[in-house]
Amino acid sequence: MSSTIKSLKGRHHQLADSAFQLNVLQQPMRQGGRFPVFAERLRENGLYPLKPTGTTILQVNMGKMCNQTCKHCHVDAGPDRKEIMTRETMALCLEALREAPQITTIDLTGGAPEMNPDFRWFVEQLSALGRQVIVRCNLTIILANKKYHDLPLFFKQHGVHVISSLPYFQASRTDAQRGEGVFEKSIKALQLLNEAGYGKENTGLLLDLVYNPSGAFLPGSQASLKAEFKRRLKNGYDIVFNDLFCITNLPISRYLDYLVQSGNYDSYMQKLVEAFNPAAAAGVMCRNTISVGWDGYLYDCDFNQMLDLKVAQKATQHIRDFDAAILDMRHIVLNQHCYGCTAGAGSSCGGETVK
Amino acid sequence: MDNTYYNPADLAKFGNISELQPEMGRKFFDYYGEVFKEGALTEREKSLIALAVAHAVQCPYCIDAYSSDCLQKGADENQMMEAVHVAAAIKGGSALVHGVQMMNKIKELTM
Repeated sequence: MSSTIKSLKGRHHQLADSAFQLNVLQQPMRQGGRFPVFAERLRENGLYPLKPTGTTILQVNMGKMCNQTCKHCHVDAGPDRKEIMTRETMALCLEALREAPQITTIDLTGGAPEMNPDFRWFVEQLSALGRQVIVRCNLTIILANKKYHDLPLFFKQHGVHVISSLPYFQASRTDAQRGEGVFEKSIKALQLLNEAGYGKENTGLLLDLVYNPSGAFLPGSQASLKAEFKRRLKNGYDIVFNDLFCITNLPISRYLDYLVQSGNYDSYMQKLVEAFNPAAAAGVMCRNTISVGWDGYLYDCDFNQMLDLKVAQKATQHIRDFDAAILDMRHIVLNQHCYGCTAGAGSSCGGETVK
Repeated sequence: MDNTYYNPADLAKFGNISELQPEMGRKFFDYYGEVFKEGALTEREKSLIALAVAHAVQCPYCIDAYSSDCLQKGADENQMMEAVHVAAAIKGGSALVHGVQMMNKIKELTM
């Protein structure tokens, strides 16, 4: 496992500092010239200032603690990160949700959200509220410790929609991104989820996979990759799943470190800029999502959260002051990393944004 | 890079060929786009064919572009290298099959 690799923060790396990351994103190209300013591209297309279309999803980051240290992680998560959401903050989320019935989906992410000691309590409370709960499960957590072995049954009991990362249908590229041995464990975990009924027809138990490129290239067509993943996982491992979401890697945190270290930063940014698609920009997830940090602060998305770019409405920057009506009037905070969500067919936590 | 025939930065300028002949340029790129759309062959299969042809015609721009495109379309390393072997086999075979012509000539000229 790659758990011996430390997070950027654990290594006291400059890129662990969000201000430093934002500074890198503003730098001119090595060959001279600058990348066009993202906000200007939106203005040219009548989308600036970018405003919400109505919040229906609350994405809750339950902490940066994780059993894996993936090379591309935008959270800079890992076993050496101890920041996790307290039960008190979760209670504030529940309070906010009671006042906001229009938020129908709660998307739990991390780190590995299951490692938070109050994870199961929170899922039970959310389930009792009658909201759809998504858990972004990294798969290997199910096998990481005996206390997690029953997670598939726990998920099933609460009708949790499981979304899991699997960057490739082979070990080579999966392990290169997520750590040695991760592919084999992910396959075993997927088989356990299938055994519990996940991904199978007529069970109502949704198991979706997330594909994101293991390198400095953009994802291809979601429909085409889905068909290939279905074929390869069925034929190779007798695994079934429902949907595949393609997510473009955003140039922040550890993926930004990879781009800079490998000499791919300029060419990758160029690819994102050239692939800017106004239709994808119109459908970005920040328009219907609010992201909650482990400490309760509110952001337009999980990426802005990692760059410490809080929502622009100062009166409601923390979950204790949550006011959906005020938040829905906000101007979404933009920066150069946003090109990652508007390239090609678009990218979001639910995959392509251009249908 | 100014002193070489091939400059990687020129790949991004491919579209500029339309500047001197817009109508033919437009028709070419429309055709190109149509060819690579999903049809009887998948986009991934077409990208692998393009990668093989790129090696056969030894075009560094195309090798660069279609290595990247194959990765993007989800092709794996084995598929990509097998495609290159197909190109190599045809290239090698096309040289060797002319050996028959050589043998015919030998037969013609010798006792």
